[in-house]
Amino acid sequence: MAFLASSRAQPQDATGVLVLADGTIVWGRGFGATGSAVGEVCFNTAMTGYQEVMTDPSYAAQIVTFTFPHIGNVGANTEDVESRVEGAVGCIVREDVTRQSNFRSEGEFVEWMANMGKIGLSGVDTRALTRRIRLSGAPNAVIAHDPKGRFDLDALLQRAQEWPGLEGMDLAQRVSREHQEDWEGGYWRLGQGYGAAEREGKPHVVAIDYGSKDNIFRNLVKAGARVTVVPARTSLEDILALKPDGVFLSNGPGDPAATGEYAVPVIKALLDQDMPIFGICLGHQMLGLAAGARTAKMHQGHRGANHPVRRVGESWGETQDLVEITSMNHGFAIDPDSLPEGVEQTHVSLFDGSNCGIAITGKRAFGVQYHPEASPGPQDSFYLFEKFVGMLG
Amino acid sequence: MPKRTDISSILVIGAGPIIIGQACEFDYSGTQAIKALKEDGYRVILVNSNPATIMTDPEFADATYVEPITPEIVAKIIAKEKPDAVLPTMGGQTALNCALKLEEMGVLAEHGVEMIGARADAIDKAENRQRFREAMDKIGLESARSGVAHTLAEAYEVLERTGLPSIIRPSFTLGGTGGGVAYNKAEFERIVKNGLDASPTTEVLIEESLLGWKEYEMEVVRDRNDNAIIICAIENVDPMGVHTGDSITVAPALTLTDKEYQIMRTASIEVLREIGVETGGSNVQFAVNPKDGRLIVIEMNPRVSRSSALASKATGFPIARVAAKLAVGYTLDEITNEITGATPASFEPTIDYVVTKIPRFAFEKFKGAEPTLSTAMKSVGEVMAIGRNFKESMQKALRGLETGLDGFNRVTELEGKSRDIITAALSKATPDRILNIAQAFREGFTVEEVQAITFYDPWFLRHIEEIVYEESMIGSEGLPNSADELRRLKAMGFSDRRLATLAVRSVGVAGGLAETQAKRSGLLHDALRAMAGATSEDEVRKLRQKLGVLPVYKRIDSCAAEFEAITPYMYSTYEAPSFGEPENEAWPSDREKVVILGGGPNRIGQGIEFDYCCVHACFALSEAGYETIMVNCNPETVSTDYDTSDRLYFEPLTAEDVLEILRVEHSKGKLKGVIVQFGGQTPLKLAGALEKAGIPILGTSPDAIDLAEDRERFAKLVNKLKLKQPDNGIAYSEDEALAVAHRIGYPVLLRPSYVLGGRAMEIVDGDAQLINYINTAVEVSGDSPVLVDQYLRDAVECDVDALCDGEQVVIAGVMQHIEEAGVHSGDSACSLPPYSLPQDIIDEMERQAVALATALKVRGLMNIQFAVKDGEVYLIEVNPRASRTVPFVAKASGSQIAKIAARVMAGEKLADLPKIRRDLDYVAVKEAVFPFARFPGSDPVLTPEMKSTGEVMGIDRDFATAYTKSQIAEGSVLPKSGTVFVSVKDSDKAAITASVQQLVDAGFQIIATGGTAQYLSEQGLPVERVNKVAEGRPHIVDKISDGEVALVFNTTEGWQSHKDSQSIRASALEMKVPYYTTAAASAAAAQAIVSVNADELEVRSLQDYYG
Repeated sequence: MAFLASSRAQPQDATGVLVLADGTIVWGRGFGATGSAVGEVCFNTAMTGYQEVMTDPSYAAQIVTFTFPHIGNVGANTEDVESRVEGAVGCIVREDVTRQSNFRSEGEFVEWMANMGKIGLSGVDTRALTRRIRLSGAPNAVIAHDPKGRFDLDALLQRAQEWPGLEGMDLAQRVSREHQEDWEGGYWRLGQGYGAAEREGKPHVVAIDYGSKDNIFRNLVKAGARVTVVPARTSLEDILALKPDGVFLSNGPGDPAATGEYAVPVIKALLDQDMPIFGICLGHQMLGLAAGARTAKMHQGHRGANHPVRRVGESWGETQDLVEITSMNHGFAIDPDSLPEGVEQTHVSLFDGSNCGIAITGKRAFGVQYHPEASPGPQDSFYLFEKFVGMLG
Repeated sequence: MPKRTDISSILVIGAGPIIIGQACEFDYSGTQAIKALKEDGYRVILVNSNPATIMTDPEFADATYVEPITPEIVAKIIAKEKPDAVLPTMGGQTALNCALKLEEMGVLAEHGVEMIGARADAIDKAENRQRFREAMDKIGLESARSGVAHTLAEAYEVLERTGLPSIIRPSFTLGGTGGGVAYNKAEFERIVKNGLDASPTTEVLIEESLLGWKEYEMEVVRDRNDNAIIICAIENVDPMGVHTGDSITVAPALTLTDKEYQIMRTASIEVLREIGVETGGSNVQFAVNPKDGRLIVIEMNPRVSRSSALASKATGFPIARVAAKLAVGYTLDEITNEITGATPASFEPTIDYVVTKIPRFAFEKFKGAEPTLSTAMKSVGEVMAIGRNFKESMQKALRGLETGLDGFNRVTELEGKSRDIITAALSKATPDRILNIAQAFREGFTVEEVQAITFYDPWFLRHIEEIVYEESMIGSEGLPNSADELRRLKAMGFSDRRLATLAVRSVGVAGGLAETQAKRSGLLHDALRAMAGATSEDEVRKLRQKLGVLPVYKRIDSCAAEFEAITPYMYSTYEAPSFGEPENEAWPSDREKVVILGGGPNRIGQGIEFDYCCVHACFALSEAGYETIMVNCNPETVSTDYDTSDRLYFEPLTAEDVLEILRVEHSKGKLKGVIVQFGGQTPLKLAGALEKAGIPILGTSPDAIDLAEDRERFAKLVNKLKLKQPDNGIAYSEDEALAVAHRIGYPVLLRPSYVLGGRAMEIVDGDAQLINYINTAVEVSGDSPVLVDQYLRDAVECDVDALCDGEQVVIAGVMQHIEEAGVHSGDSACSLPPYSLPQDIIDEMERQAVALATALKVRGLMNIQFAVKDGEVYLIEVNPRASRTVPFVAKASGSQIAKIAARVMAGEKLADLPKIRRDLDYVAVKEAVFPFARFPGSDPVLTPEMKSTGEVMGIDRDFATAYTKSQIAEGSVLPKSGTVFVSVKDSDKAAITASVQQLVDAGFQIIATGGTAQYLSEQGLPVERVNKVAEGRPHIVDKISDGEVALVFNTTEGWQSHKDSQSIRASALEMKVPYYTTAAASAAAAQAIVSVNADELEVRSLQDYYG
């Protein structure tokens, strides 16, 4: 399907613009931070959890198109945040952001976006943009916001075109922690917020942070673990020095192949030592690469909170074929045809049959492509944290 | 796990007649279920007493029993058909209760019938308040502080824990019948008593009040593998305290963070697991404290419900179809999502639009009942609208309601009123509260103030405030002249008509002068238009078209565009031209197409019967090779199912919305025409606008329809054909009305010139009553006269349905009413074929029908009402369009008359289409079903004003048996013994004597008030005299209230005696004593009682009747 390139003529009230690398210009009203940012335009179909999405480091260097038209209804708070590092650089929404209404809100979404340095664009036909991404893939683009409406379209276009794109990009290093951290936070409960982690006498998980969501650590704590988070490029020796009972591989942005260059050797060595390992999203892909599988960029990533995943294989016993509704956010995936001997596919997407989980035969190592930590999204898959913590010690 | 092969035949129990709380959403669910089961090769047996349903069409189930849904009758069907399983979750509370009873009676065990979809224990656990509460405690979910009471004394004990205000909910009742909110002890006592009465288990739940809390509903589907998904989260705009069926609701939930939403999601699934709903759809309701998010479980329905219909239409996920598949063993991942055709049903729909539902009420029909909303449902229908934002969705819903709104119309009663008056109006939960809120903003109230009074979430209030602000800007500046600005307004959902009204105000000409000029033409008008931008709906449309501001159509695809949708299910929106042209996903085909306009929200007088006709038009024209396009906005219906038509537009039925759809459909392929004659008054009203726009209208011309409705034009035709009408006249003032009445002679029938469903019609017997009517019931003026008709007292009324192709006329059926002329035809019982009319009278009616159809050049369906008095046939009314009787005639005769009519309208000849069966060796009786019990204070008497919500059919070898079945199906249990109370007007005394004699012979005791008692004893009948209410106590109402009366025959003449006897009818209604308010119906009931033994009734399927 051919899309008409939209006009360079700027509508009167346009204070924001999205310039796609192919020259398409989408006008709208800017909000949040001013200036411009470059990234890949993706979409997310979740109807709740915009703050979590915007702070998920897996969205680094991405501009999120929210398919649900009303974003910002529940304002912003300091709890529904998934990391303190860079997440999505901007977002595109259909409706102008309204004032908040929710008892947990501490401020308006628009101000929060500005404080976080993220650029928003409203007044866009987000459904048309989503269909475009579905049909022709996720484009690179620049999102820009200027309250006075002054834009240098040529410069923005040039920047979009010169941006190399996510393929081959190792973003994990950029969003990973710089220092080791003893994770102190517990699980969230209504009216009580986040509890404190009990650390005494718990099995020790060393979590490698490739751009992790905090809720993963909270879930590990809830499942009964003590967590130490380490930067993406932590060496095998430093990891082992922490005397882990198990190692967790986090989610993160970018091309798994690029991150794999330094991550895979460490994971391979851990596998050789029969270290219990659990990987989520990028971490799952790292595990796959370490076990000898390949990853590939998907035509259209999976981003939403309604994705069905089926448990496959005999090892599930009674719960074989059970379907979990999961939160997903990935543009790369393990190619199921590339799984070597000894790597078992444990989960598949019911939407397109793509790989959603693997386990290494004879080892205590497994990973899932989706986000069992939810936030945002359904909490059907907490059992994975329990399973992992159950393997330790 | 594939489908089960150990069962091969399944009994589906329907929901019976349309009543408040149980409407055509169960035709939608039952029809989907039957289709789904048939697809898999099961033999399906259906029982449903409602002939107006699609599901009872003989081609759906293998054996269709239009029989009363009582455990006794269904047991007979089970004994005869020996099904392997029974599916009780598709027919609302009626089916669940019936199945539970069958289980309790041991019928299921005796015949080895398995209950699928929900086990008896799960149903009981969900519906039994105490067990439900214990189950919730077990999984750690909070319930409201509450207690169960079986007596008033127990109720007071509970009250100590809950405090006032408290909410009273009877167990096992529909839509919360008999429940309410009590603010003081007197009210508490009254509601508890009502609730104990209403509950079949004499049990009420008394709960702490959560008034003002936010209310949510989660639609959950679970399969036998324990896969569970949420189809939709529905947020009530009206906070707790108003029944969810009476609340304005939106989807998805709009004011929850993900953390709060996920708590609710996980909780809903846990509720299904704990209750033990193994397969199928359920709905779980929650209350959320807006201050701290405290979550409380309110209730769950272990079956498909009204909200599952809404959720299905809102998301495109067919819950009933999927639930039926799950019941026979499939798992969610084995079922395809038919909207995408590529993904499985095991996912959670996500939407990229906002859905708004607004209920429609009928308080005006029930004089004396207070129009306030509470926890007992009172609405009779609903409209759903879809927009890309809340404002658009809400304003589309308001105009789709068809209550005269174009959006947030001004509430003139509150204009300029004091803050106290406005505050009082806001504090009351009424059907118009949302309009009062908008008016309050116009009067200077702030969001915080309105929120404090109404407890509406500020998020919704701010949007309404913004709409009001935009209105005030248009009201001062006129319409914008730029495409961007006009599009911005249209994207907020403003209708062209509303914009015109607002623009005219901007001119600032005092005293309605601008409004008057706007309607005219000439220089002044042109000047006005230049200032305002536009002064009429047409001018706004022209302005829009000039500026290129046109709606586009987006698809409802269950996945927010993540996958391609193969099902053309669409809604309109005004979209920004983000990529050059605004993206339009209508993609009309190049086929030859017919557009069918539906009936909009259900209301009394226009309900499922018309949806039935529209659905049949779709089926028939599809079979004939046309592409069928449905436009409707009623989420409860089969017509708005995505697989009924080839293309579905879920849109309000206004000229603006329909013309825009036609513009798009016209742009490609060939538009054969539009059918406006099948959806009741709603589409007919659009005929003028369509004709003006040059759109071909199929079938009988709108001019012929107008001729039949225009008294003067019609009178000319009647004279030309030498037919006889009751004497009549038109009056423009009280004096003229008196003069006409005197010329004709009393009694006369009075009504306003514009009538829908017999609204504000009344029979008057003298000057005083006529004057009262003129002064209270109608506005009579030069513009709106009142019509005066000779009233043929005690005449027999008949309905004749006919088909005509412009040349040949075929009679489809002649129905004789049981109640005499003067009772609205929709409220009368009737018999097909006639049960007591001589053949020459029937022949004469048929002759007149042929003459009228030919003269009116009818192409399609026609309905004629006749009155027969003293051997003379009078023509009452002609409707050259589909009427309410069409499905009944079709079911009774086994002939698809709506389908045949649709094909005739598309140009085929009757000679080439299937013949109508007329030679029936059985009798079918239709009986009306009334909602009086829901409207305390209203008088349950039958009048020319229609009040019934639905109908049932009894079918058997003779009239008495068929009539008995119709009474059982309607819910009246005819007594076999006991005391009959008789009080009839003088003209009925002779007529009733034979019936009383029959009952005496059958062993009944007779009591009667003075005049009647005297007359009956003079005829030699044993009768005991009882006091009228005004004659001192104990009187008749005391006896009825004490349960001493088993049957009531009560007919009245004149106004005073009518008022005097209201308490008799009210007490009979309250005590569930069968009562008959006409002599003819009393006679039919007596005949049924003496000649039919209800225990010996036989059941027989339609397929068997049709041979």
